[in-house]
Amino acid sequence: MNKLLRYLFFLVLVRPVVLLLLGVNVHHRHRLPQQGPAIIIANHNSHLDTLILMNLFPYRLLPFLRPVAAADYFLRNRFLAWFSKHIIGIIPITRSRSTQNVDPLKEISQALLQKEIVIFYPEGTRGEPEQLAQFKSGIAHLASRHPDIPIFPVFLYGAGKALPKGEALLVPFVIDIQIGNPLSWSGDKHQFIEILEHVFADFADKVKQQDF
Amino acid sequence: MLFRHVYQGEHLIQLPLPNVLIIMALIYALLGGISGWVFIAKRFQAHRNFTELTQRIKTFWVIVIVLSFSLFMSTRLAIVFWAMVSYLALKEYFTIIPTRAVDRRILFWAYLSIPLQYYWIATNWYGMFIIFIPVYVFLFMPLRMVILGDTRGFLRSVGTLHWGVMMMVYCMSYLAALYMLTPNNNPQAGVQGLILYLLFLNQFNDAAQFFWGKKFGKHKIIPSVSPNKTIEGFVGGIITTSILAVLLAPYLTPVNFYHAIFLGILIAVAGFIGDVTMSALKRDLCLKDTGQLLPGHGGILDRIDSLLFTTPLYFHFIHYFYY
Repeated sequence: MNKLLRYLFFLVLVRPVVLLLLGVNVHHRHRLPQQGPAIIIANHNSHLDTLILMNLFPYRLLPFLRPVAAADYFLRNRFLAWFSKHIIGIIPITRSRSTQNVDPLKEISQALLQKEIVIFYPEGTRGEPEQLAQFKSGIAHLASRHPDIPIFPVFLYGAGKALPKGEALLVPFVIDIQIGNPLSWSGDKHQFIEILEHVFADFADKVKQQDF
Repeated sequence: MLFRHVYQGEHLIQLPLPNVLIIMALIYALLGGISGWVFIAKRFQAHRNFTELTQRIKTFWVIVIVLSFSLFMSTRLAIVFWAMVSYLALKEYFTIIPTRAVDRRILFWAYLSIPLQYYWIATNWYGMFIIFIPVYVFLFMPLRMVILGDTRGFLRSVGTLHWGVMMMVYCMSYLAALYMLTPNNNPQAGVQGLILYLLFLNQFNDAAQFFWGKKFGKHKIIPSVSPNKTIEGFVGGIITTSILAVLLAPYLTPVNFYHAIFLGILIAVAGFIGDVTMSALKRDLCLKDTGQLLPGHGGILDRIDSLLFTTPLYFHFIHYFYY
């Protein structure tokens, strides 16, 4: 039942909103993985990001798509928890550091072992509209654990203008999507984060930006 | 009022009059001929790169098929269709121009003006259609901005947003308004004939100016805005478009010989102005294309730029002399 609702949600709501209401320009779509396991990393400015990224993939891959999302935000009430877990298919992650003995990346690792495609935001949270924030170390930990799984950088521009953090009014803008070549674990955490930040800074240079 | 009692006995999809169908068939034959020529040229001139041209023609097929559909639509459906074209154009414009974060709310109202503007057309309210944007929307948008209270960049914001609504909503909506003209004044082809005449001449003129410019172009006409445009292309476009305007007029429109010449010149000149105006905008924003909606052409604004200028002028000319 939830599976059917998930398909319906993407077919009836997400696709029309992303393709008709907003519209996308996708650069290098062919670089996207055709199957899991894979890690998609993207900059994060808007709730739309996850829907836009999931909409890049064909329906046959929908059951494999698992966006990583903050547990404290997306599981804060029962309806939202049901919706996030079963319709969007999130992997909840605890952001607080108080839980010392629990491995926060455990569920993500499990998902990757089951050949799923994990969507991960290295910035950790939605930032100011169209501003890149510093990457957190989480992605480096994840990559070091799975050195053979490819990491696909995806840069989104425009979603932060269409639906910024803290706004409820959606204002249509065309979304520019840059897909990069897959990366893999470099062997060093600091160096790896630097490489990723460099890739995203390059993306940002390439897009003709009209910031607020 | 010039408009008619529409909708009675209309089907959602219906056949236009035979004259329209014949000219449409000729257009398909023309496009088929060009496609065939490119297909053959590809084989014999292996050293030339045809990818861009092939892409462009492929997209042209899609455009022609979609526009053909719009001629088979009932009046209401066609009005909805052109409202959607307005929406795509306005969205593209808002995406490429600089906007302020506070103006998100103004952009939202600008988008809302689309259904209203096309609603006035669909309900036969000519007086409202003609003044809604330049009076009510243009007075309301700055008012709403003042209430938001941010004065930094206020003037630039008012200017850019007004111009966008004027072009993408007001000027575009004239195409929908053409559907509302009474068909009795053009018995041999109906409103579809008038619309086909405008769309075809407009696109033909774009192609003709390009062709003449490429073949004989020497003297640049406005190098600081559009370095590829030449006087030869401009004049060649005017002449060929006027000839075609005269040839097609008896089949598709009620206009007489002299008016057809005038319309040919009007469409060619206004189309040129629309084209270079959008070029100036792109140059200002340091863009090559306005988007990627139409592969080989760029964005939707790259394709409809000339139409935005020709449509209102064409409408008022026809309206003044024949309705």
